[in-house]
Order: sequence, then C-alpha cells, then structure tokens
Amino acid sequence: MVQTTAAQKTAPAPARQGWAALRRRDTITRLSVITALLAFTLFGLPQILSQYYTDAMTQVAAYAIVALGLGMLVGRVGLYSLGQVAVLAIGAWAGARLLFATGQPFPVVLVEAGLITMLLGTLIGLPALRLRGLYFALITLMLSGAITVVLATVNFPNGGGGFTGYNGGSLHIPAIRRPSIAGGDVAYFRYAVVVAIIMFVLVYAHIKTRPGRAWAAIRQSEPAALAAGINITFYKIWAFALASFITGVAGGVLAGADRFLYSIDFHPQDSISLLAVVLMGGVYSMYGAVIAALLNSLLPAALQNWGVSQDWLTILFGIGVLQVLTTAPAGLVDQFPRDMKRLGGLIMRLVRRPAARAPAASAPPGTSGTSGTSGTSGASGAARGGKS
Amino acid sequence: MIEVDNLTVRYGGVTSLDGMTLSFEKGTCGLIGPNGAGKTTFFNVLSGFVRPASGTVRAFGTDLLGLPHFRRARWGVRRTFQTEQAIEQLSVYDNVAMMASSLRGGARRADVLAAIEFAGIGASSYAPVGTLGAGQRRLVEVARAVAGQPRLILLDEPAAGLPDEETAHLAAVIKAIPGQTGALTILVDHDMSLVSAVCETTAVLDFGKLIAVGPTAAVLRDEHVMRAYLGTAEV
Repeated sequence: MVQTTAAQKTAPAPARQGWAALRRRDTITRLSVITALLAFTLFGLPQILSQYYTDAMTQVAAYAIVALGLGMLVGRVGLYSLGQVAVLAIGAWAGARLLFATGQPFPVVLVEAGLITMLLGTLIGLPALRLRGLYFALITLMLSGAITVVLATVNFPNGGGGFTGYNGGSLHIPAIRRPSIAGGDVAYFRYAVVVAIIMFVLVYAHIKTRPGRAWAAIRQSEPAALAAGINITFYKIWAFALASFITGVAGGVLAGADRFLYSIDFHPQDSISLLAVVLMGGVYSMYGAVIAALLNSLLPAALQNWGVSQDWLTILFGIGVLQVLTTAPAGLVDQFPRDMKRLGGLIMRLVRRPAARAPAASAPPGTSGTSGTSGTSGASGAARGGKS
Repeated sequence: MIEVDNLTVRYGGVTSLDGMTLSFEKGTCGLIGPNGAGKTTFFNVLSGFVRPASGTVRAFGTDLLGLPHFRRARWGVRRTFQTEQAIEQLSVYDNVAMMASSLRGGARRADVLAAIEFAGIGASSYAPVGTLGAGQRRLVEVARAVAGQPRLILLDEPAAGLPDEETAHLAAVIKAIPGQTGALTILVDHDMSLVSAVCETTAVLDFGKLIAVGPTAAVLRDEHVMRAYLGTAEV
C-alpha cells in the first residue's frame, strides 16, 4: 500500500514539469496568434475593405460582444436566453439618450450604458433565473417581445427632449455623437474593435478565476456545485449581470455606429437567429463569439452586396444549427480545425503512399482512430449539451 | 463528533429514514445497508439537499440543519456522489479550488495543492479532468473533499466501478483522511472489503432504521446484518 502511494507521488513531478512547459509554449503561441490577428484587424483590414464592409465589420465588433455574452450564458451557465437583442436595445437606448442629453466622454457613456443595462437586465432576469432550460428561454423571449412593444410605441431617442427624446416632426434629426478621436468610419471601426477586446478580456478574466469555476460547476452538476458551497443563484445572477453589462456596452457602440437608431433594428426574432449563430460559432470558446458575429452581421451584408435574397440566411442558419447540434456541439470553432486536420491527414496519406494498395488497408484503423476520438469528444459534448 | 437524533425523512408516502438515531465519534466510519436503506438520503440531509420531516443533527456542537446548504460547505461539510461529479471542463486544480474555503491567497493555493498531492491523483494539476480516467476522477473528488479545512466528509460509494488496484489506492487515501485533516469521515459503500479495510466503526441501515452499530468486524458478523444483506432465514 505504501509503495503504491510512493509511486503515485513520484509520478506527478516530471509530468507536471512537462505540462508546465507545454502550457508555456502553448500560451506563447496563442498570444502571438491573437496579437497577429488583432493587429491585422486593426491596421490591415481597414486598408483593404470598402466603406460598406468597414461599416459591416463595425457591426461585427459590436455583435461579437453580444455573442460573447450569450455564448457565456449558454456555454458556461447553461442559460438559453432568447432576449439578448432586447437587452442590446436597452443598452443602445441608454447610450443614445446619454449621448444626446449629456456631454460626457464616449467611454464614460459606454460604461454607464453597460451599468444601466446590467441593472435593468438583471432586474428583469431575476425572476427568470429561478427557471431553467426551455422555461428560461420562453420567459426571456416574452420579455424581449415586451421590450420591443415598448420600443415600437415610444421609438428610439433621436435628439428630441425628455427621456424618450423622440421628435417625429423634426426635419433635421441630429445624428448620434461619436467619440472625438473616432469620428470617421475607419477610426470608429478601430474604436469598436478596441472596446470589444476590452470586453473579451473582462470575460476571460472572469472565466479563468473563481466565477468561471463556479459557472462550470453549475453547468455540469448543480448538486456538485451546491456541495462545494457555491451559491448557485448568486453566480447565475453574476453571469446574467456580466452578460447584460457587456451587451449594454455593445449597445452603446452600436448607437455610435448606426448614428440613427430605429426600433425595427431590434426585432425579437433577431434574438433567435442570434442564438442560432452563437450555437453555430461555438459556445465553449471565445473565438466562437467572433465567428457568430461574422455570421450574424457580415454574412447578411455580403449577401446583400452580392444580390442574394436574405431569406437564404434563415435556411442556412436552420441547417447550420441542425448540423452543429447533431455533429459538433462545440460549434464551428471546434469542428473546423478538426475536419481540416482530418483532411490534412488524409491528403498526407494519399501523397505518401499513392501506389501501395495493401498498406492502405491498414490505414482505416488510423482513420477510425481519429474519428473515434472526435466521436467521443462529440459525444461528451452532446452529454454536456444534454445536461444543460 | 456527529449526533443524529430521531431523524425522519419522507418522500410522499415513502419513509426513507425512519427515526434514525446514531452517533459517530471520530475517524473513518462506515455506513452500509441494502439498496434503498436510506444511506444516500442521510447524506442528502447532511449536505442540505433534503429537508427532514423531523429530527436533529448536531456536528461538533453546531446544529447542521439550521444552516443553508451553501453555508454547510463553508462550515466544513464535504461530500462526493454515487455518480462521479468531477467537472470535465476544469483542470484538476480548478476542480479542487472550487470548494468553498476560509483560506485566501497563497495559503489557499497551498491548501489546494496539498489536497491534490494527498490524493495522489498521478496527473498534473493543470491537466483537464476530461482527460483523466475513472479512478483518477474519483481521486479528484476526494482531493476536493479534503481541501479547505473540512470537518465532516461524506463519501458516497467512492469505489463504485473501480478495479481492485485503484480501490486499494483509494482505500489507503481514505484511511489517511482523518489523520490529514482531523475530519470525521463517513463512508457509504457496498464493497465490504473496502469498508472493513478502512472503517473502525460501522453502522448498518435497513429500511430507514439503524439495525446495528459498532466495531466493523463485529457488525459484519452480526446475524441481523447478514439477514438484511443476504436475505437468509433465521439461522
């Protein structure tokens, strides 16, 4: 017995060193890839993109934040919210109102819009947090509808007086203010990307520390979380508050991007397609939020530019969600590299042994091996998905 | 020291625990009984998942039933589950660090690492739990139970489905828990060799009633226990 324990105790030491080295190298690679991508986004992209696509990419930056919030709710806590676009509308409203009514600097307005949205979103979500799964989705969808009705009745502030600030008769409707350093479209695109980066870092910091642990525990097993002394309601509210905050900030960014806001921009059915793209992008990775935003905001713009009917989007998203739910619960962000690796392996095998037919018979075990591992990860993902 | 007095739990018409009275002094204690005897229900009462119809539980002078469930973990109640509940998405370290603890900063980190070391998981503390084997995951749960100054550790069939050599290692770890932490450990298991290897005292439940308690070897020879377990007629 003593020998077993001794053997078990000596084993971790070299393994730990190996892991630490691996982790370090992994972290360095990841950081350089992210830095390169961001540098390209900030400085390369505006050079090659037209005005039309620059605006679309500004939308992508704002919706990446929204998708991040929703992905966090779905992937980390298992809350399927169908009201995120309404939360976004609250943020946009608060931002627009503050920008018209006050002369505060833009970043301050963004934070305030985030805080107001956090407060309202959490208040609205509070009773809904007691619910799970389908009921939570239904409640948030209904709230989203209710908020849309209010928006459609009173309209978005357009520089008029009062809280609603709507002046239907005005001919010269003032545009929503932008930050002084980012008045132009390209500059505002960069501004939006920087805000998005800050929001991603904020969420990353949460995921890697105690709240992230608590959320992971809640999502997989509420009994285990309870037994570990995690106050489930508190951490669910925290997740909801954080998601509302960043979505509110995104609303502020969107207000500055669009310059004119209309209630029709925030249709409740957009929340459903948002959930679809978030699921397609992948809810377990932060890259998934970026992919989701590209699908949500860049793809429609591209289709419009190519003269393809927007109706195809609905069909595409429907098929995409089905595909993701059946074959890749972790989304495109997980599936695409895996499929590329498999394709690469297949090509390598074909290139290496083009003539040998007999060894090719030994190849299938290799293929079944890779598909086996992906199958298990898929299955475990499905189990995770099923749990939440 | 835990004193359970006249504890009754009902689920609708089913009486799962029927006036159970029991006390354990210290060390590792076994709780055995056939399926449906109320062992897990007893654990659920202690960790706050189930509210009893009547009865009191005092542990080290504290009225456990008066604490809300998430407070109990902070007080020092730890438990594992019949189906292993290590969180796949998190690393070994994060799995143990999620346990409520009064320690902060460096002391907390040291405590978590000590718990991982103590359980002898045989994997890096950075390794994601999703990559570990069944036995290692069970040990992650044990490490979680040992972290953060526990006072009462409840292990619900920790060796279920494990091969013999892993069970032996687990038994050694469980046996060392009271010495390591000073916590009272209660072990529920169907594996009699594990119970007799680890527990000094054992209590037997049958249909929600305590039918025997005492030194493990004596209890396992008791004819009431044999009858409850094996269904033998009067000898």
